[in-house]
Amino acid sequence: MTTGDPLIVLDGVNKWFGPLHVLDDVSLSVGRGEVVVVIGPSGSGKSTLCRTINRLEPIDNGTITFDGQALPAEGKPLAKLRSEVGMVFQSFNLFAHKTILENVTLGPVKVRKEKPAAARERGLALLDRVGIANQADKYPAQLSGGQQQRAAIARALAMQPKAMLFDEPTSALDPEMVGEVLDVMTSLARDGMTMVVVTHEMGFARHAANRVIFMADGKLVEDAPPAEFFANPRSERAKDFLSKILTH
Amino acid sequence: MHVFADPTNLDAYLSGFLWILKLTGSSAVLALVLGVLLAAFRVSPVPVLRGFGAAWVNIFRNTPLTLIIFFCYFGLFTTLGLTLSDDLDQNNYWLGVVGLSVYTAAFVCEAVRSGINTVPPGQAEAARAIGLTFFQTLRIVVLPQAGRAVVAPLGSVLIALCKNATIVGTIGLIEASSVMKQLINDNGDAVIPIFLVFAGTFAALLIPTGYFFGWLANRLAVKR
Repeated sequence: MTTGDPLIVLDGVNKWFGPLHVLDDVSLSVGRGEVVVVIGPSGSGKSTLCRTINRLEPIDNGTITFDGQALPAEGKPLAKLRSEVGMVFQSFNLFAHKTILENVTLGPVKVRKEKPAAARERGLALLDRVGIANQADKYPAQLSGGQQQRAAIARALAMQPKAMLFDEPTSALDPEMVGEVLDVMTSLARDGMTMVVVTHEMGFARHAANRVIFMADGKLVEDAPPAEFFANPRSERAKDFLSKILTH
Repeated sequence: MHVFADPTNLDAYLSGFLWILKLTGSSAVLALVLGVLLAAFRVSPVPVLRGFGAAWVNIFRNTPLTLIIFFCYFGLFTTLGLTLSDDLDQNNYWLGVVGLSVYTAAFVCEAVRSGINTVPPGQAEAARAIGLTFFQTLRIVVLPQAGRAVVAPLGSVLIALCKNATIVGTIGLIEASSVMKQLINDNGDAVIPIFLVFAGTFAALLIPTGYFFGWLANRLAVKR
């Protein structure tokens, strides 16, 4: 795995939800091709951090740049930026009234104005890649959670994004389906996709991440390679967090 | 039933209900277009549009329809000189359509907006995340799924619109209720039969409408 120049840069980002300081002066740089896993206790701001990168959550101050450009505030430029950043949600959020294949081809056809036939061909190839090509004509509600999440990954990949954001992609899954989703993510990471992954899957963090970010109370507390972080967490908060999750 | 055996009365009865159907049809189309647009305004990220939509709903939903229809006649036509047709009946008809449409659009807007609120916010988030614009998100992802929740209340709005169309009688269009009043004046011995025929005709038109919308709502249901 090689990592290049910075693709996503957050500098001094602050955000409040009312009185709650949910992101407290967060600075972070993610290189091209880098896989950054964000972990931390619930309420630490890690999901919010992930969602600020494609501006699903606006920030109160600080700057976020993507591929050398400051995030646009709204309108067409923002829509264009979002089309270049794939996002995978905890609750899949597949379009309930569209088939799996339509979910995957919607963005390419409506946003990129690709020919439906070409989008369909690439969509089928992507569904094949995530292992659900035989589900293409079903509706989301007919699929298992793991299949839905893999479809959601294919939908994001169909836009040929420069980076992928994963917001707790396995947290809503039954345990036996976590593996199939993590396998897809691991293969993406191996192919050099730039990824920011908010997760509780420590195994994935260990073997697929270049860096682990530990957040607590809205602050970025630690930023280290996974081996170092898991072997020698520096902060008390991280030690405490790891002791709670790794002893089980 | 001797009243309706008279061809003149039968013609008046039929033409009265024809006006009601025409008022309902034209106003329904205009109110639907206007109402969906207003609902889009009310959920848009632009504060000016949201304010416009809210103002429209608050003004027209809270003004009696009779006042709005009177304003269309005495305000728009008599005072401001807005003439929509040279034919007197056609002019009253179109003034009535304007009044019914702006009024009903407020109710359509609220029905559509509450339907939009039944679509999980994650659907719109996912749509924005792949780069769809606000209006694409609404048109391609949110509104089609709001369908089930919107269709049944829209049916109620349509039924109310049809009955409200009788208010256009107050500005001189000889629609069904005006015809009924006239027939009752002329036939004091048959008040109740006349009344029942007119009420029954409305029921015969509107009860199937209600069932149709219920059936449509079930057909449009989205599985989750």
